[in-house]
Amino acid sequence: MATATTTHPAPRGTCPFAPPPAYRQAGPDEPVSKVALWDGTPCWLVTRHQEAREVLADPRFSADATRPGFPFLSAAARHLGGGKTSFIRMDDPEHGRLRRMLTGDFTIRKTAALRPAVQQVADELFEKMTTGRTGADLVADFALPLPSLVICLLLGVPYQDHEFFQRCSRTLLRRDSPIEEVVAAQDELTAYLDALTDHKRTHPDDGILSRLVARGELATEDIGAMGRLLLIAGHETTANMTALSVLALLRHPDQLAHLRAHPEATPAAVEELLRWLSIVQSGVTRVATEDAEIGGVLIRAGEGVICQINAANRDEQRYPDGDALDLTRDTRRHLAFGFGVHQCLGQPLARLELEIALDTLLRRLPGLRLAVPFEEIRFRHEMTVYGIESLPVAW
Amino acid sequence: MIVHVDADRCCGAGQCVLAAPEVFDQRDEDGTVVLLDASPPAALVREVADAVAACPGGAIRLEEGTPR
Ligand code: HEM
Ligand code: SF4
Repeated sequence: MATATTTHPAPRGTCPFAPPPAYRQAGPDEPVSKVALWDGTPCWLVTRHQEAREVLADPRFSADATRPGFPFLSAAARHLGGGKTSFIRMDDPEHGRLRRMLTGDFTIRKTAALRPAVQQVADELFEKMTTGRTGADLVADFALPLPSLVICLLLGVPYQDHEFFQRCSRTLLRRDSPIEEVVAAQDELTAYLDALTDHKRTHPDDGILSRLVARGELATEDIGAMGRLLLIAGHETTANMTALSVLALLRHPDQLAHLRAHPEATPAAVEELLRWLSIVQSGVTRVATEDAEIGGVLIRAGEGVICQINAANRDEQRYPDGDALDLTRDTRRHLAFGFGVHQCLGQPLARLELEIALDTLLRRLPGLRLAVPFEEIRFRHEMTVYGIESLPVAW
Repeated sequence: MIVHVDADRCCGAGQCVLAAPEVFDQRDEDGTVVLLDASPPAALVREVADAVAACPGGAIRLEEGTPR
């Protein structure tokens, strides 16, 4: 691989919602380009929609972080070496075997049946947030607790431990966390979920952890690793999507007005917000296990690849005027949930939570507005999953 | 239009059910695809084609040469 000119991650430009300009300068004639990772390691960057789909659907690109050449996006990630990350960092057939133990819990039908329960959680948080108040931090009071409560309910994790697991997952998702802190967070969360899993052996409930125990096929540590994956993936992502979505809508009053006037358009709006925000800002990483040609470029066995979802989701060839937030556009095949066999397991749940969150907030708070100047909002540039720390609003 | 599914390649993401609920369903046990209608009416061609393109596992195939 020749020397790279761009570093990954590259800084964002003037619009905090837009992907870093450097990822997109590659442009239409260079669908696959070279970048240098934080430690100088060269890696391929895929920024176009078509090529990103090709890589993610191609079994020659492995998600197994123990393979030589797998691209690690931070010192801590390299140190952990993909250990104990469960099936998100495995290939088929083992990935499929483990994933299928959970797919029954996240079907379209199962998830739709959760609607009343999720709405109830949202209503309770809403009441608490608004009663006797004229403003709140939308992240702490609504966007973060909603998916955290729901994933706790599904897994059978006590919500009272939320400060602990939210702190651990933040440390794990920060690119710039010191290695010792990441190792400690990983160990604490592992010990916690292993202990909880063992507890379910004698105190079964109808949560996912208990049902994995009841199958009798998996060791405690394998169930613990799955639990950790679901717990982290299940709250950080939706929390940040919710907060950023509200902020994006407040900054686009015409789109907000459209959504308020057309409540039935919420599912379509959620899809466009998923595309436009593409919060997995790290991109999705793979390593080639064989030589493979992508976008006219030969990627050699053992070379790393990053599929840059946020750039690919604004690829002009797939989404004309892709930088515009347009809640009425055709968003089909956006890559916000990835593609291929690792495509997000929790996507039906994420969609349900986002729909309910936006509906609840926008319908019941017609005067919703930012309580601080936009310039004061702090964006999470250092996190694997993009978002905002807090969102002070008033109504 | 003749549709084939390969449940072994299915990763249970449910994209097909969202795209063409008249044609696809998911097994309750493991979320894998169930073909409700292997020869859906031509009127559903757009929905079925969408499901083929959206399926992340490449588990759905339209039989070559079937009149669409
Ligand atoms: C808006 C919210 C969400 C976004 C944007 C999102 C995004 C993603 C992406 C891009 C991947 C693919 C990773 C890869 O290919 O390496 C993924 C995988 C995954 N997500 Fe999500 N996710 C969201 C919500 C959720 C929720 C709510 C859950 C849990 C219930 C969840 C659980 C998972 C799991 C378990 C995987 C690994 C799947 C596999 O490797 O087979 N996600 N997600
Ligand atoms: S879209 Fe494909 S992978 Fe997903 S459930 Fe349907 S057949 Fe299976």
